[in-house]
Amino acid sequence: MSVQMKQRGSGGGASKSRDLLQVTAQRSRQDSPPPPAGQPLPPLSVRAGEDNLRGGGGGRMGSGSSSLKHIPDGQQLMEETGFSAAHLLRLHERFDFLDKDGRGHLRPEDFEEIRELTENPIGGRIIAAFFPPEKERLDFPSFVRILAHFRPIGKNRSRDRAQPEQANSRTGKLKFAFELYDQDRDGKISREELLQVLRAMLGLQVTEEQLRSIAERAVQEADIDGDGAISFDEFKKSLEKVDMEHKMNIRFLK
Amino acid sequence: MDLSSRRGVDLFVIFCVFLSLLYGSRAEVPSRPTASVTILPPIKPDNGPQPYPEEEKSNLPVFTMNYSRIQIPFEITLWMLLASFAKIGFHVYPKITFWVPESCLLVSIGLIVGGIMYSVHEKPPAVLTSNVFFLYMLPPIVLDSGYFMPTRPFFENVGTVLWFAVVGTLWNSIGIGMSLFAICQIEAFGVQDINLQENLLFATIISAVDPVAVLSVFEDVSVNEQLYIVVFGECLFNDAVTVVLYSMFSFVTEMPVVEPVDVFLGVARFLVVGLGGMGFGVLFGFVAAFTTRFTSKVREIEPLFIFMYSYLAYLVAELFAISSIMAIVCCALTMKYYVEENVSQRSCTTIRHVVKMLGAISETLIFFFLGVVTITTEHEWNWGYILFTLLFAFIWRGLGILVLTQIINPFRTIPFNTKDQFGMAYGGLRGAISFALAFTLPDNIGRKHLFVTATIVIILFTVFLQGISIRPLIEFINVRRTNRKTDTINIEIHTRLMEHTMAGIEDLCGQWSHYYWKDKFMKFNNRILRRILLRDNRAESSIVALYKKLELQNAIEILDTASGDISAAPSIISLQEEKKNSTKPKKKFLAADLKNMHDILSKNMYKIRERTVSYTSKHALPNDNQRREILIRRHSSIRRSLRPGSFQTRQQIVPKSQKYFSLPPGESLNSRFPPTRQSSADAQETMSEVAYPGRRSRFGNRSSSGAMMPLHRLGTLKEVSSVDFLNESERGSTGRGSQSRPQSLRHHLSADDNNGLVDEMRIRQVEEEEEEEERPQASQPPAWAAEPRDETPQNPLLRRPQWNEKK
Repeated sequence: MSVQMKQRGSGGGASKSRDLLQVTAQRSRQDSPPPPAGQPLPPLSVRAGEDNLRGGGGGRMGSGSSSLKHIPDGQQLMEETGFSAAHLLRLHERFDFLDKDGRGHLRPEDFEEIRELTENPIGGRIIAAFFPPEKERLDFPSFVRILAHFRPIGKNRSRDRAQPEQANSRTGKLKFAFELYDQDRDGKISREELLQVLRAMLGLQVTEEQLRSIAERAVQEADIDGDGAISFDEFKKSLEKVDMEHKMNIRFLK
Repeated sequence: MDLSSRRGVDLFVIFCVFLSLLYGSRAEVPSRPTASVTILPPIKPDNGPQPYPEEEKSNLPVFTMNYSRIQIPFEITLWMLLASFAKIGFHVYPKITFWVPESCLLVSIGLIVGGIMYSVHEKPPAVLTSNVFFLYMLPPIVLDSGYFMPTRPFFENVGTVLWFAVVGTLWNSIGIGMSLFAICQIEAFGVQDINLQENLLFATIISAVDPVAVLSVFEDVSVNEQLYIVVFGECLFNDAVTVVLYSMFSFVTEMPVVEPVDVFLGVARFLVVGLGGMGFGVLFGFVAAFTTRFTSKVREIEPLFIFMYSYLAYLVAELFAISSIMAIVCCALTMKYYVEENVSQRSCTTIRHVVKMLGAISETLIFFFLGVVTITTEHEWNWGYILFTLLFAFIWRGLGILVLTQIINPFRTIPFNTKDQFGMAYGGLRGAISFALAFTLPDNIGRKHLFVTATIVIILFTVFLQGISIRPLIEFINVRRTNRKTDTINIEIHTRLMEHTMAGIEDLCGQWSHYYWKDKFMKFNNRILRRILLRDNRAESSIVALYKKLELQNAIEILDTASGDISAAPSIISLQEEKKNSTKPKKKFLAADLKNMHDILSKNMYKIRERTVSYTSKHALPNDNQRREILIRRHSSIRRSLRPGSFQTRQQIVPKSQKYFSLPPGESLNSRFPPTRQSSADAQETMSEVAYPGRRSRFGNRSSSGAMMPLHRLGTLKEVSSVDFLNESERGSTGRGSQSRPQSLRHHLSADDNNGLVDEMRIRQVEEEEEEEERPQASQPPAWAAEPRDETPQNPLLRRPQWNEKK
């Protein structure tokens, strides 16, 4: 217990202080040119976020961006995605943080500023997953809708009952993973697509030949209809023995 | 069904009788001298040495016996043998061990033996003393659990495990102790003389859970990972906590007055003892790992280091009176990963076997003794106290799980549901540790006999009642299950992708949790720890490891059918052959490539194995598939005989060739020579399509996921007609193999043009030539191996010779 608590504590602390650091850094950056008028300053929103963390409901002030009322279609989003108000507020705060210029939408470049994400072998794909083809903008509702894939399955059952097929269902999660492979969006993971992912993930550890044979083997393993590619159904089938509830879940902070 | 089970029971009874007879005949020898002061004539030994030397000094005795000299080790050996025979006996009829846990059976045998001993008024040897238990019997058991702890799920759930182990045990000890103390105040029971400290001590003893039986049931029905690991980890750390509490309370019981300061000191001591043990364990673990870095020249004593270091950790911890269990468990957990990469495959197997063996023997003996002692020891029966002990043990266990889960659930991604909680609560069997602790209680405790009796009752009750009923119950309430047979490359890849995704999404959301820390640790591990502790510190992905494992399985299957099954029809072999070909287009590899892979393969065998045993029952060996292991051995020996020359050169070749195959950091192979690579591969791929028409429809979908299942063979037997087809494909593939050479040369050329790899490439070619030279001489000694070697220089895999031989 103690270990876990400690981890959590330090994790939260680190994240917060990091956020603050980034915020201050960013602010100093912003200070040199005249700051755009009317922007909610990041520190405020951070503080407000903390308020939300504690209070959940009332007692919020200033920085209108973090009140649920100011989240576009807040209520509807809650119902649609199953996130609680606290979750939404936190995500919105993060959204604002990423949205450095306050445009109200995110662009791929905003994501690319997250250092860890660029180090992630499939970071580019993850970013791409947030942006539908030929769309360079991501507004908050879409942001939340995509993140909803990662909401744990069992929670907020009362809300789940209304819509049986949610983004965070098993299929939804699998679909998200599948689309990370399927870059040309033809509904199939070709050998080449699999190879690309493998190359990204394994990188320097193996030879190209080994990569190829691994990919080959994987495709053959999963390929049922013999078309040399993995369709979504085959993908699903190959993973049917894995309990997804443990794989594609994030315990979103409140 | 009914009949067969009855027959099984008959068989079992007969076997038991046989065993007890066996014992009876055996018991004559060991127990007499123990029990009796009178030295009886039948035992010559005691008479022997005395009269002879004195009376007839001049004569050299022709025949002497000196039983007293060997008595103790002799008896211990006999006891162990008996217990082991009993274990064999249980497995004569598998249904028995399926429904009745082994511990129950052992206790039953112990009871029978005890009954026999009681009837002939014998006493069991006084082997089980406190020192013997703590210094010799406990360490193997704990080392066993610690070493085979499934590492990944453990660290994923470490918080919960420790929460239940530490807080849960405290909860149980204090709860049961207090309640029993309250009961002791009731005059009707006549146990007012038991004070609070003694009650707490007793409560501590019986709060050590030992769910071996439960774990094997959990494994059989494959309950979800979280439940499994929590029960597993709980039993492990709970032992540590129990022993700490035990020593604390047994110290406290000797104190005349307990002051409040002592309570605080106790808490402080508890922390020191626990964390100190952990620290020592980790320290010794790292030292052990570091040592094995240098043992490559002394393979024969390699396994010894592991045991010596673990035991040393245990003893040193004992020396400083800190938690020795914690020390040995942490030592095992820490070193396992590194040691298994450092030591040779055989040493690794040996380590695993010996750890298992020692653990199993220790535990078997304790359970066996439990049965014997139940009959032979003096009991003090007190209905009230014992029944209330049972009651409280149940209530506090249940309550504890309920309350603790409520507290921990908000912190978990996957909360425990009611069924899981039931599983945890019901899985709280008491076992060997409890018994041993109770049996070794100091004699100055007034009601020791009562405590022993109560402990035995609660053990028997939980082991028999809960142990037998848990399987049907778990199946009945339908606990969440996992399928742990995740042995397909797809699952491995996709899981990995998902982990990366999760880490990415967490970064995106600006929150850090499990994946973040895992990521951090892996980086630290790869950058620092592995460099220091491992001889060969190239990181290897789990995907590659799994891939190799699957490949190896195929290879072994082929070996199996070719050289193991004499009755194997040619079609089987050829099908295996074909399957192999279809699952991996290996033919296009260069010889050096393959060789390299083989070296990696043989070096990584342990690793491969490690992945198969992440869930191993406490009593089963890590790799149940003995046959497979023999085959691995055979595989390597055949491999050696296949190319004796290669062994001298291996040392130089391997490092060199590795250089070519691992890319310089920051560059991808693709950027280096994209066109040739791509095109040649594509060409080959299309060719392979041509070469194996319709292979996918036949073998594709059952290629590897069930490589270990006998299913294959059943299915393949029917397809006799495929021999011809396979011959063709065989030829086709060899043709393809010879074609791939020019391609590779071409690729060399292009590489030369492209960049400054010239030297390396040249070396590579030289090396290939070396190989060519090597081959003829390699082929000489085993005549049967020579032929294929010449035919297909690209493929040193041994399946080839067998195939040709059969043909």
